[in-house]
Order: sequence, then structure tokens, then C-alpha cells
Amino acid sequence: MRTQNVLEMRGICKSFPGVRALHDVSFTLRAGEVHALMGENGAGKSTLIKVMTGVYEKDSGQIAIEGNAIHFKSPQDAQAFGVGTVYQEITLCPNLTVAENMFIGRGRYAFVNWKRMRERAARLLDSLGIPARPTQQLSSCSLAIQQMIAIARAIDMDCKILILDEPTSSLDEDEVRKLFSLMRELKSRGVGIVFVTHFLDQVYEISDRITVLRNGEFIGEYEASALPQFELVSKMMGKALDDVARIRKHEPSTRAGETPVFEATGLSSAAGVRPFDFSIRKGEVNGFTGLLGSGRSESVRAIYAADKVTGGDIKIKGKKANIGEPIHAMRLGIGYLPEDRKGDGIIADLSVRDNIILALQVLHGFWKPFSRKQAEAFADEYIRSLNIKTASSATPIKSLSGSNQQKAILARWLLTHPEYLILDEPTRGIDVGTKVEIQKLVLKLAEEGVSVTFISSEIEEMLRTCSRLIVMRDRSIVGELTGGDLTENVVMRVIAGGS
Amino acid sequence: MKKRTHGFQVLLPLSVLAILILINLIKGADYFSVTLINGALYGNIPNILFGASELVILAIGMTLVTSSSGGQDISVGVAATISSSVFVRVLLGSASITWTTILVAFLISCLVGIVIGAFNGSLVAMFNVQPMVATLILFTAGRSIAFLIDGRLSPILANDLTSQIGSVIPGVPIQTPIILTAVFIAVVAVFLKATNLRLYSEAVGINPRAARLNGIDPVRIKLLTYMILGVCTAVAGFIAVTKAGRHDSVNLLKFCEMDAILAVAIGGNPLGGGRFSVSGSIIGAYTIEVLNRTLLRLEVDPETIKAFKAVFILVLMVVSSPVVRAYAAKGVARLRARLDATVAKKPRDPEREEA
Repeated sequence: MRTQNVLEMRGICKSFPGVRALHDVSFTLRAGEVHALMGENGAGKSTLIKVMTGVYEKDSGQIAIEGNAIHFKSPQDAQAFGVGTVYQEITLCPNLTVAENMFIGRGRYAFVNWKRMRERAARLLDSLGIPARPTQQLSSCSLAIQQMIAIARAIDMDCKILILDEPTSSLDEDEVRKLFSLMRELKSRGVGIVFVTHFLDQVYEISDRITVLRNGEFIGEYEASALPQFELVSKMMGKALDDVARIRKHEPSTRAGETPVFEATGLSSAAGVRPFDFSIRKGEVNGFTGLLGSGRSESVRAIYAADKVTGGDIKIKGKKANIGEPIHAMRLGIGYLPEDRKGDGIIADLSVRDNIILALQVLHGFWKPFSRKQAEAFADEYIRSLNIKTASSATPIKSLSGSNQQKAILARWLLTHPEYLILDEPTRGIDVGTKVEIQKLVLKLAEEGVSVTFISSEIEEMLRTCSRLIVMRDRSIVGELTGGDLTENVVMRVIAGGS
Repeated sequence: MKKRTHGFQVLLPLSVLAILILINLIKGADYFSVTLINGALYGNIPNILFGASELVILAIGMTLVTSSSGGQDISVGVAATISSSVFVRVLLGSASITWTTILVAFLISCLVGIVIGAFNGSLVAMFNVQPMVATLILFTAGRSIAFLIDGRLSPILANDLTSQIGSVIPGVPIQTPIILTAVFIAVVAVFLKATNLRLYSEAVGINPRAARLNGIDPVRIKLLTYMILGVCTAVAGFIAVTKAGRHDSVNLLKFCEMDAILAVAIGGNPLGGGRFSVSGSIIGAYTIEVLNRTLLRLEVDPETIKAFKAVFILVLMVVSSPVVRAYAAKGVARLRARLDATVAKKPRDPEREEA
């Protein structure tokens, strides 16, 4: 039997005010295949998925399911046509049972036959090989099982198309394997699966074909077996590989016995990082890597005392120091760009100017406010040099795009002229152009003698900027890589826990 | 009134004020007339400024507390009653009443105000109690405390000096509470100019987590704003008791906490915290005073005056709500588009008031 397309999207365009999110994008999904949708953050993956699932209406283009042209007006519409979606964040109710979660909100009747519901749930769980009991409370299941239950829920709605948006980001390796075997089972039943992930090796492990998007445009559709990993990366990046390699790392001259700018021993925090040792030299760029939840963010937060520090000694340039609150770290010349830009970074209602001068102003002191003119000069300098797109420095920062907000927060710390700058996911959710700008900036800072700790969930990005990678797993440091070991393969292997 | 404004924030209370004054002018053209009695100025405007003194001062403190903690202190009237009872007690306990003893008694009452503010503030800042709930404690107990400090009496301030503070100092043409209010506003303005209180308080009110990561201690800033409000209540209590000439712990500044919150709201300040405009609140406070007096002037029955006031405020709040504002903005945009399309005329400034 010839393979048939369950989903065909042609010439999809979607714009938001001021942004062209998708332009002439095509996507085809065959029955019984796993199709990876790849692209960097901001490439348009999530927009495309939202068009697929009826969350957004397309501006133009055609969507056909099993050959019939279709126009989704709502997510319910899409569901009715057999499109099931499982999002990265689990959208189930933790305090209900497994069976309730699988069937809730789906019956047409106010009364539920609990016994039949449980039996049906048990049968479904069993057939998919999901090790959970229908009467178990959902919150007592592991994340992976919860993820699978979400999938089971989607499957049971008789879906032909299953969309998995970053399903593995919070799973450990063993759990990923279980999920993959479930995916293979579904595949054999003829379900077409759209798979979105950041983990390249997972793409190659399970996918049959790959579609690459970049900047909202369709780059190509490839057989996974015919597209080497480095070519995939360069297609996602939009650069020939040697162009990627041209951003050169600054290798600080390693002198034995040089006192580090910052040194911590046995540092731990209330957020649950195990005591760890860490140091950074002048002009060095290093990074913490590991899966989400591995403790990489918690580690840098401990350095900056963003979470309550519970133990450990800190030395700044060889001298013992005490960092109990962020302000202490700031006074010692440390800057911290947090991972959660909205929650920890921007002061949304304040102007771009106030957001930029904030840290320096606080260091300057409560009794010494900058004059309006001086504050404006500071802000304008960085608005210009970082090319922050804003109507004026008095515009509230919340009305800027994510990339420009991030640049403003970066400007905030550059303005304090830190000796040690911690950047946690500075490039997440940011357009590719800005991303490269930020990478270049990091390397330039290092050349000027600033020490930088850089965290990114894209390993490839860290390999380009860091001269030393600290690998974390389960809230402990499991490895430290330098020199020749700084390749994606080695890093992945250490992250994954291979010897 | 101060002129420093944040965009359109004060436009609404200002136009309301204008409408109220217009109504008064229609009622009688002599509205602005001022007469000199015994060397001091009297008339509608001086009376409004005189009458609103305490409310203006309380509204200033309420604005700061609202900004930093995203909540309101409902114990300000009670706090003013307590601190003024201490003032009266210290003053009447001293050997003779001179300007010095008044000053000392006033400073002690300010200290009491700061302690009260610190009490409320620490409940809010350290124990994360909802401001309204935290201040409910004192709201409930405060007047009894003042009654005890008063010695279960309502002591009378029968002397020239305090009554001069409450009315007119011979030789000065403006009533003393008006001067005191003006001085207080000036002090606050200078303090805001000389410190980063605005930036810190707004940052803490909008995003305390981010504020902390930028070296601001949210607990300290919240505490500070409550202590400043404490000073405000002491000053308001001082003015109220010198005006009244006796300390009536049951009725002094009764219900003023709600007017103070209202002044903050009319001033265009988000009651959920963050950005604030002291000038807006000041205008708001005067607006409330003008409203009260206008209703009296229109011979509304004093028993029903509160109902009329409520209707007026309801209209005001609906007009200034984000829903109506967004609607108005849309209407203005459409109007402008049509104007631009038909005549190539230079576009006017967008005004919110056209809705």
C-alpha cells in the first residue's frame, strides 16, 4: 500500500502585528511516520503547530486532512478532525485520577459511568503499555507517565495526527526510551506524529523525516537518514558551517597559579543544588550545561544568591567574601541575567530607561538618584550600541519585543561594568540575528577581560562560546570538559550519563 | 498644585475638578470671591484648601504604600487618632504650652506614627499579610487605644497657640493648615527628588522578584513606605486635632481612610501597585473635597449626600476604567483616520475625553 498523506499544508502564511511569523510554509505528514519539525527558537515551529491545531487561523494557504481541504476555526474543530496535541507543559489536572484525566470534559452527559470509564482507561493504558492504574492520582505518577497519559488521552479521541511539542524536555533518558517505544507503537497503528524537540540525537533516533523552518520560512523537507546532523544544524542556523565556525573563541592564557576572579567551594542553595565547587578566571567564558532541571540554573542562582544560599565559601580574587543577597554580589562586580525574563528580569511597567539604569542606580545608592539627563544619556548610549528597537527610552519595556527586552536587560548589566557576568539563557526566545549578536558580545566582553558564565539549552551555541563546560545531571556536577572534548558528541554523552 | 504629571494620568481628575468648579460657577458667579476677615483670607477656595488638608496628606502616604505593596492601609484615620492622642497627652502633661512644647509633642506623635507604620509595614512586608487585612487589626483596635491614651475623656486644647495652628496665626493671611499642607507637599516633593524612592517603590510594586535581583530589598522598601505613611498620619492627626480643639477619639477623622484610598484611585494610580503619581492623588483629594462642598452648595440633603457622592464616584470610576479607555482610544483613532482621509489637516493630539 502506498503511503498516504494524512496532513498536507501548503503555502501557509501567518502574520502578527509587525511580525511575519510564517511565510509560505509547507508541511506534509504521512500516516505512520514520525516527522520532526526543526528550527531554532523563533523559527515559527510553535506558530505552525498552533495553525495545525486550530489555535491560530492561517492568513492564507491550504490545509488538507486525508486529501480533504479543511479550515480550522478553533481547537475543537481540529480535534474533531483527529488532530491531537500534547504540549510541553502537562495540561492535565494533578489532583484527579488517571482515568478522570483521560476522559474528563469529553462526555456529552452530566453523569458519568465511573465503572465503565475505569475499565476503558485500563484497557487503553494496557494496550499502550503505560504502567499506571486508572484509579491512581495523577500527581503520584512520574512526569514521563503523565506525559504518556496525556498522549493516551489524545489517542483515545481517535486521532490520526498526534503533535508532540517538546515532550521529552523534562524526561530522563529512561523515560524518553519509554516514550519512544510508545511512539513506535502508535506509528505502527498508522498514526502520523509531528515531533518537536531541541535534542538532536532524539530526532535521529526516532524520526523518519525532518522539516526545517528558519525565520518563519520553509527551508526544506528531508529524509532523516539522508541528512547528516551537522548539515541539519547549519540549515537551522542558516549559515554554512565554516561561517558558524568563524566566531572565534578567545582562549585566555592559562597561567598556573593565577587566582580566579570568582571561586566557590561547597556552594549549595535552598533550591536544592548539591554542594559544588566552581571557579572562573579573568576573561574566561565557561558554561553550565545539562538537561532542563539538571540544576544548571540553580547553580548560577546560588552563585548570585538569587536563591537562599545554605552553605559554602566564596572567594573573590582570592579574598574571602560573603554573598547572602544579590546586592552583595552586585557590589562585588557580579551581574546576573536571569533565565525567566518576565518573572525575574524586566520591570514590565517601567520605562526602558528605568529598566536599563536600574542596577547601576541601585549600586549608586538610594540617596543619589541620577539626574534625568544623565539617566537618559546612559540609556540612549546602550539603546544605540545594542540597537534596541524602541520608540523612545520612555516607552514601557513591556511593549518591546522579547529580543529587545532581553537586550535592555543585557544593557542593564553592561552599564554596571561587571567583572563577572552570569547569563542564563540569554538567547532563549530570541530571533537568530540577535542571538548571534549576543554571542559575539559575550566573546568581546571576554576579550576585554570580563569573565562570563553562559548557559544555553542549545549545546551547539555553548560550544561556540565557552572554553570550558561544566556538565550537570540530577543537581550535581558530573563532568567538566575543555579543549578537544568540546564536541557535541562528547557533551551529549556526558549529559546522558554514558561513560 | 504640583504640575509634574505622568502623561494622561492626572487629566481625568483635573477635568472632573474643572466640571465641578463649572457647576459651582453656574450656581453662583461669586464662587472665586475671597474676603479678608481679621487679616486672613476666606472664601470657597481657601475653605476647600483648608478642609482638604488632612485628606491630602493622608493621600500622599497612601499613594506610596499602594505603589510598593499593591494594597491599601485602612487604618490611617485610626492611626492619626492614636498619634494625635499622644500629642494631646504630652502637650497637656507639660508645665506650660509654648511653641517648643508643641514641637516636642508633635515630634513624639510623629514617632508614634512611625511605630504604627512599622507595625503595619512589618505585617505586610515580612509576613506577607494582605495590606487590608494587616491594617484591619489596628482599624479595629485603634480608637479604643486612643480612648485609653486620652484617659477615657475627650481632652480639650484650650489655648491660643494650638488654635492658631488649627486656624490662623495673627499677621499671616493664609490659614495655618493650608500652609502646613503646602510645606508637607514640598517636603515630599524634595524627598522624592533627592532619593530613589520612586524607582525602588515602583520596581518593588511591579515585580518584587526582579527588584530583589537588582539589589533592592522589597521588605525594606515596603517597610519604609509604611513608615512614611505613619508620619503622614501623625501630621494629619496633628492638623485635625488643632482644628477641632479637642481630641474626640471616636469621631476624629472618621471614614477618612476610604476617602484617602479614593483620592489615590481618582488620581489615576493603579491600586495594584507600581507606578504612581503623587500629584494625581493630591488633585484627587481636592476633588473629593470640592465634590463634598458642591453637593452641600447644591442643597443636597446632608443625610443623602453620601448616596449622591457614590453615584458620582461610580461614574468617574467607570469612565476611567481600562475598558472605557480602550474603547475611547479606538474611537479617537477611527475619528482621526476619518479626519486624515477627508481633509489633509494636521492631526490633533489624541484626547481621552472624547468618549
